[in-house]
Amino acid sequence: MYARRMFDLPGFGWRNPLAEMERMRRQMDALADLVFRGSPSRLYAPSGVFPAINLTETATGYFVRAELPGIKSADLDIQVVGRNMTISGERKIASEGENVRYHRREREAGKFSRIIALPGDIDPEKVEAKLVNGVLTVCVPKAAAAQPRQIAIN
Amino acid sequence: MSESKDLQAKEKQEVSVQAEQTKPGLVFTPAVDIFENDGAITLLADMPGVASQDIAIDLRDGVLTLSGDVKPWEGSDESDVLIEFEIGKYYRQFTLSEAIDQSKIEARFEDGVLRLVMPKAAKAMPRKITVS
Repeated sequence: MYARRMFDLPGFGWRNPLAEMERMRRQMDALADLVFRGSPSRLYAPSGVFPAINLTETATGYFVRAELPGIKSADLDIQVVGRNMTISGERKIASEGENVRYHRREREAGKFSRIIALPGDIDPEKVEAKLVNGVLTVCVPKAAAAQPRQIAIN
Repeated sequence: MSESKDLQAKEKQEVSVQAEQTKPGLVFTPAVDIFENDGAITLLADMPGVASQDIAIDLRDGVLTLSGDVKPWEGSDESDVLIEFEIGKYYRQFTLSEAIDQSKIEARFEDGVLRLVMPKAAKAMPRKITVS
């Protein structure tokens, strides 16, 4: 299916073979998701930077969410400059004493910092963040100019 | 181990072998720390997004089962822009090799981390025997 479409594509050439390979790789990934995950309900695209972030939007604002278990709000720093939001902090795991034997150690501690560029203008005065059950939710209202406005027809 | 280690992103691990699901949705394996000292086995599990009343801990016949239900936390009017992690339940089972005093198990859930302290039963505690 893909092979036939590929050669029929009018713009396909060797101008940028790497971009074409990249496109094919993405298509294969999407196909693999469909087959192995079963539910391609969302476009799932991990970036490999901690913390993983889900960004959603409504007509009036953006929601940035991240899973940050075991991190206190005091150890978290959120800043907004222009359209960029920086989430940084440190995950601390207290020592459990000298006299313990570990069977499993999968949880990790360390510092992290991540900058997210929001797709539109925002109102930095009204950004709110909350941390509930290890999930950070930052509500970022869109700037008034970026919000949709109903236009009445005369 | 240096103090200022940078955290690396880890993908959530989906449960590979599981009983057949009756509810739709993804199931993930929580990351855990398990350690023991002379008196107790302690388990720490990262389960972000779970409310404390939705955690089920079950210990029978030496098998400890942890599960946590996650209620979707996104509003219905939100549309996706960038999705890097998926939301799902947590499930993990462990076989405990030592006898546990069931009546003294303590569980605490704070900031998305479950802490389960399981005191060893008296007969499993080390006892010093002096040779007379």
